[in-house]
Amino acid sequence: MLESLKLRDALMQRIRAFFHDRSYIEVETPIRLQTPCMELYIDAEPCGDRFLRTSPEIFHKQLLAAGCERIFEVGKCFRQGEFGALHNPEYTMLEWYQAKADYIDILEETRELIRYVWDGAPVDWAVLTVADAFGRYAGWDPVSNYDEDRFDLDLVEKVEPALKDLGGAVVLKDYPLEAAALSRRKECDPRVAERWELYIDGVELANAYSELTDPIEQLNRFEACAARRREMGRTDYGVDDAFIDALGRMPPSGGVALGVDRLLMLIAGRNSLDGLIPFR
Amino acid sequence: MYNASDLKKGLKIEIDGDPCMITNFEFSKPGKGQALYRCKIKNLVTRNTFDKTYRSVDKVNRCALISRDYTFSYIDGPEYVFSDNETFEEARLNDELLGEQKFFLVDDMQVEILFHNDRPLDITLPNFVEMVIAETEPGARGDTATNVAKPAKLENGYEINVPIFINEGDTVRIDTRSGEYSDRVSKG
Repeated sequence: MLESLKLRDALMQRIRAFFHDRSYIEVETPIRLQTPCMELYIDAEPCGDRFLRTSPEIFHKQLLAAGCERIFEVGKCFRQGEFGALHNPEYTMLEWYQAKADYIDILEETRELIRYVWDGAPVDWAVLTVADAFGRYAGWDPVSNYDEDRFDLDLVEKVEPALKDLGGAVVLKDYPLEAAALSRRKECDPRVAERWELYIDGVELANAYSELTDPIEQLNRFEACAARRREMGRTDYGVDDAFIDALGRMPPSGGVALGVDRLLMLIAGRNSLDGLIPFR
Repeated sequence: MYNASDLKKGLKIEIDGDPCMITNFEFSKPGKGQALYRCKIKNLVTRNTFDKTYRSVDKVNRCALISRDYTFSYIDGPEYVFSDNETFEEARLNDELLGEQKFFLVDDMQVEILFHNDRPLDITLPNFVEMVIAETEPGARGDTATNVAKPAKLENGYEINVPIFINEGDTVRIDTRSGEYSDRVSKG
């Protein structure tokens, strides 16, 4: 355990140095909150009269709206029921945002970050659209013909194993709009959203968006999501008005969320979080 | 019924009417997608292994396995007949299910049979059984080393390696789990 704690300490120092070198400021936002960001399959842990955060996203966007241009935060996030070799219900997330940037700008920055913090980082990065990856490894196109169950199943059973075989860093980009979450619609192809996911050796490591800044579209997405969550018997978290209000004042921005424990696992050359998250 | 989130390694479940066991289990949750439970499953009847992925909304049947005590009665053609110690009802097991175990059945032997519904799945014999050596070459006189082995045959044709000092007509103890010689019970 001591070895992995030292490795974690070194990683945290490098992460902070990387962002401070680039004029980012480290922010702290609430861990307990009234209104968790609503996503279809992410459940927040109740905590007294509030919930534990599943991500710091809604506060970071309010900071961007308030004039912050480069912010990052490293901290614990919590997701109910997620436990496995690559999941822990309590985990460390690195999240950062850059104003006046989009998902391609922050892809470049992510690549630089990974190389800065990890001496053995993969050098070559392949970028595939989701349509290409599914065409190649699953034999269909989820962009022109979206099927949620088939998408999730094939991603796990066909695409991710193929990315693992391929090895190195692979970026999947341009997700079907139905899987856009909080990302912006792509102007030149309105069927897809400006979102990417980074895989290293088949392990999903980071998720990024050109952030959605349209409060009306965000509200519509939340409402559709809430309706489906109620159907599934999941909690409807409601909408945080301050967040929706801030979106209208937020500059175009790019944002990334990266799993620090998984990055540590890759650096340590392991294939499970066991032994890397202390007291797991 | 189990929920997908109840699944774990070693759990016995029923799929298409067959008893199965989860031999490997992995929680997976891609991107913003739904939780998926990836399992490697062994069919306990056919012994085949296959992969199956469950979504969190999926339900999985429980598998009711019970084991009961039986006494071995007799051989009826290709079938081995046992009688239930409590109800005296017959259970018939075939050659295939018994495998090598069929060589170690002796009259009135107490066994345990594992059932799924009314289908026998597996049999457990006592750990040791005594059998008579029917055929073996005589060993060199005076050689009592136990680490030197030679082939021998039981009356039912089962071939086994025994120490050099064992002779035809000797009674030996055999470990039914490994099918190997354990020790000599008495000289013939």
